[in-house]
Amino acid sequence: MRKLVIISLLLVLGYYLLDTFAGAEFGKDRKVLSNYYLEKSPSELQVANAVTAIVVNFRGFDTLGEVTVLFLAATGMGTILLRRRSKHTGLNPQRTSPEASKIVQAAGKLLFPAIMILGAYVFIHGHLTPGGGFQGGAIIATGFLLLLISYRQFKVEHKYVTWIESLAGLTFVSIGLLGIVLGPHNSFLENFLNVGTLNELTSGGVIALVYIAVGFKVAAELTGILDTLVNIRETGDID
Amino acid sequence: MDTITLLLLFFSLIVMIGAAVYAAIMKDLIFATIGTSLISLALSVIFYLLHAPDVALTEAAIGVALSTIVFIIAIRNTKRYEDEK
Repeated sequence: MRKLVIISLLLVLGYYLLDTFAGAEFGKDRKVLSNYYLEKSPSELQVANAVTAIVVNFRGFDTLGEVTVLFLAATGMGTILLRRRSKHTGLNPQRTSPEASKIVQAAGKLLFPAIMILGAYVFIHGHLTPGGGFQGGAIIATGFLLLLISYRQFKVEHKYVTWIESLAGLTFVSIGLLGIVLGPHNSFLENFLNVGTLNELTSGGVIALVYIAVGFKVAAELTGILDTLVNIRETGDID
Repeated sequence: MDTITLLLLFFSLIVMIGAAVYAAIMKDLIFATIGTSLISLALSVIFYLLHAPDVALTEAAIGVALSTIVFIIAIRNTKRYEDEK
């Protein structure tokens, strides 16, 4: 009986696979969708970086899923590690490792603003130059990481991190919902602003706004993860 | 693709293979982690040469910096040397 069910399910799957691929001619140009994206992103959306147009506009819903996955990872990590930490040493543990050398401290202090500006540049110009919210957020998190490993007394306030993360996520979802209300085709994350002209900072409509929100969200999440990890290292209570 | 790009591509591939072998045979896990971050660095150069600068940026930020630090924190909490069996 069980085998019969499995075989019939496989047959159904095979039928659909055959149905999907039977029409594909050998040697035919099958890049219809990618050519569509490459044509539409400069002409209709006025976005110079086609990757950003795909990630935020054509595949915007997937990006929301990715951001959610990252959020869940950060939350789960915080839950497990913070509970472990508070059980052993209380809520505000003192980091005990030796201070980093003066060279590392001075270089960290000098490099931190430059890294912040680079990260902000990468996600603000996501629709013009390579990069975007994820890359810029990761760069900003590396800046905080530099401060975390060079200064023992440096602390990330988890309260502000949570606020920034929640506000950025809320901005993303509300821009998407506004697309349903105001967009010409009433679909999620649709562009409802003036798209401007190609290669300008204000081009692309909502794409720039969504990527700035993603940048803040990713930066806050990764910084929170790193702060949790570095603190768990300093208290050293994993047996 | 011109000759210089091709040479850089081959150089990066050789660096990747070398770093991977180094990371696999190294008994000191901190050095092995540096090897894996070198793999990511060479891989981001390859992504850049193959006209994928977006992926190169991600690989450089996450592969070289963040994941290396996560590994190092894990190593400092456990054991630094791989035991002989």
